[in-house]
Order: sequence, then structure tokens, then C-alpha cells
Amino acid sequence: MTDTALPPGPFYQRDRRLQPPALTPAYKTSVARSPRLPMISLENTISEITGPRFGHADLGPLDNDLLRNYAQDGDPIGERIIVHGRVLDENARPVPHTLVEIWQANAGGRYRHKKDSYLAPIDPNFGGCGRCLTDADGYYFFRTVKPGAYPWRNWVNNWRPAHIHVSVFGSGFAQRLITQMYFEGDPLIARCPIVQTVPDADAIDRLIAPLDMNAAIPLDSLAYKFDIVLRGRRSTMFDNRPEGN
Amino acid sequence: MPQPLDYLRETASQTAGPYVHIGLAPGAAGFEIFHNRIGGDIAGPEAQGERIRVAGCVFDGTGAPLKDVLIEVWQANAAGIYPHPEDPRANEVEKGFRGWGRVISDFETGEFTFETVKPGAIPGPKETMQAPHLNLWIVARGINIGLQTRAYFEDETEANAADPVLSLIEQAQRRDTLLARKTAGGYRFDIHLQGDKETVFFDV
Ligand SMILES: [Fe+3]
Repeated sequence: MTDTALPPGPFYQRDRRLQPPALTPAYKTSVARSPRLPMISLENTISEITGPRFGHADLGPLDNDLLRNYAQDGDPIGERIIVHGRVLDENARPVPHTLVEIWQANAGGRYRHKKDSYLAPIDPNFGGCGRCLTDADGYYFFRTVKPGAYPWRNWVNNWRPAHIHVSVFGSGFAQRLITQMYFEGDPLIARCPIVQTVPDADAIDRLIAPLDMNAAIPLDSLAYKFDIVLRGRRSTMFDNRPEGN
Repeated sequence: MPQPLDYLRETASQTAGPYVHIGLAPGAAGFEIFHNRIGGDIAGPEAQGERIRVAGCVFDGTGAPLKDVLIEVWQANAAGIYPHPEDPRANEVEKGFRGWGRVISDFETGEFTFETVKPGAIPGPKETMQAPHLNLWIVARGINIGLQTRAYFEDETEANAADPVLSLIEQAQRRDTLLARKTAGGYRFDIHLQGDKETVFFDV
């Protein structure tokens, strides 16, 4: 058992106190879409520890450049930004070569989606989605425009703060996560029933990307830094202890 | 004060929202952008085993189908092997078998369908065997954190009876919520988010 290549064990139990519960009445759509019976707690089996893997062959060269990946005859309208950061686990280890996907509204707050009918215009040069693989250090970056706030039907005057939707895989299917990244200083964050589904104030703060002037490109783009933390994993070194120890 | 533990905390989940297709299935949002679509073919052309078609619906607490749901499937091949380096037999998996796919419901009816191969039995904890199953992860507007469940197959009676995960479910009739029903064209697996038929979800 002194082999240095010990495989890691199960993921740490998810801390549900930091995660939104299913039923959050202020976010009305959750009411009819929330399971009411307790979930069955399941120790990880190989079905949860493994998960899909992606490679560079899955991606195209412009996939992480939202300024260019749908451009028809020019750049999209809006504030040019870089969104970058690292995907780490709870042990602060980088999660390398994992797929990060994002989607967002354009600078006016309108999505390129056949179900979005908000009166702000579609931007002909902006698709609003991108994807990339983290590098060996868990680092990722995207180039895009800052999305606009938009109204949504919940209470009559609810507005989503500017946000980017982020999807991450990790190495096992139990780490699968979708979240939303917000922007430092936005007064709509505190008023948003979707943000407020998260019961822990510090956990909400961790969804807010700070302005990162060191990563800004002078005369070109501002930058925001967003680190993402996935569940960590136990070492297997104690797995062979007798039951009850 | 004891020393602080220096673990990081898992990032909080937020709903995928109504426009999840833009990011994860842009063709369905109404435009094409990426050269390579991912998630459309779970098993690949060379996969061994029984080809199956799984159809179903995700229902809300009022009994209405979710028309904006996205489901991810993760499964082993017909020999019960996951295409992942932590499966000791991963190098035996057929070329092109990804084991993963993305499925969206029809915008008008809420019905979803996908094609794959039936997975084999999978080793479980302590010498047990897990019955063949598909691992499903469900996201949509109104779902704050992705829901994990499993689809087993009703015609695997013996394997299901010995399955260590199904055995965790105290109420026997709730185990049936995880059984895909045999149909003429394959299997049907409906998911109920709440109500009398609420599907079992797992905190994995
Ligand atoms: Fe949104």
C-alpha cells in the first residue's frame, strides 16, 4: 500500500448547506419542479467516480472566442471582456483537461434562442456560447462581451443581474455542475430570487467574479476572474481498514 | 480556536435556466455555431450489444411535461465497462464508445428519446454486482441543482433484485420509479419530479 500511484477514492460528500435546496418559493418555477421526498444518499460506485472525457478533437479553434465564433461582418456590440480562472477541487488541486461551456445574453440582455422574445435586439455578430478545455493547471479563458441585465417573469419587475451560465464536468459524473457567474458591483445581485436560492452568503459571494485589472488588455478588453471549485476526493489509503475502524 | 481547515468550498449550483440549449445544444436554440457537435451519439457505430431506444417525459408536480429539460446520460458499454481510466478494463471499450450523451425534450410535447446500447452489469461495492443501469443528470429552468437518478430495466428482474443501490430504497414501490418499462420500440422511462409517483433521486 505504499504505491505512489494509488487511485483516488470517492468524492467528498456534497455540503448541501452551501447548495440551493430544490424548493425555493421566491423562485416560482421551482415550486412545481422540486422533488419533495428526501434524496437517497449513495456512496460513490464506479458509476459516479467515472465520467465523460473530452479532447481537443471535440473543439474548434474559435470555440472559446465569443467575439469571433459567430461574427458575420464585424465584432459584436458591447463591452469587451476576458473571463478567465481555474477549475479546482476542494483540495485546491487543479482539474485539468475538463470541458467548460458557457452561454449568455448579448450586451442588450437578449439571448439568441427561439424562445427568447425580449424586445432588446439580437446582435447579428454574437452567438452567445463558447467552450474550452482547461489546461494542465486547470486554467481556462474566454473572450466575450459583458452581457446585459434582462427582465424575466417571476414577480412583475424581476431583472436578472448580468450573468454568464457556466457548465463544468470534472473527472467524475458526481462532480457535474452548472452555475452562473455574476459581475462585481452589480446592484441586481442582491435583488435576484435565483441568486438568493443559495442559502449561504459566502457561497453567493463566490459566484461573483471580481474585476481583474492585471488580466485586462490595455486599450482592448477588461477582465473578470472566476474560479470554479468542484468536489474533492478522498484518498483511498484508508479504504482497506476493517469495518468499524 | 482550532486551526482552520484549508479546504476550498464547492461552487454553488444555479439553475440552467430556459436557454440551456444555447450553451449545451445550440442547434435546438435555433442556430449552428460549432463545427463539432458533442453528445449526439452515446454508443458510437462499433458498440457491441443490444441496440435500444429509450423514450420518456419529465413531469412536474402538476402533471405537465417539462418542455425545456436537458438530460445527460452516462453509461457503461454492454460488457459493463466505463470508458474512463479509472475503470480497470477501460482499454477493452469499443472505439467510438463515449458512454455519454445529451438529450433534450421536444419543445412542443416534452417527449425525449435517445438511442444507445443496453449497458451490462457493473461491479459494485464489496463483491456485489450492480444491475445494468443508465446514470441520468437532469437540469432545467426551476431546477436549482442538477438531479441525479438511474434508469434500470424492468426485464432484468434477477439482477435488479440483487442490486446494492436499489436495495437502499426502503419503500419497495419506490424502487419501481427507477425501472424503464419494456415497449415495442425499446424502453419507456418517465420521470416525475413530485407527486404520488415521484422518482427516486440520489445524493451521490
Ligand atoms: Fe440567463
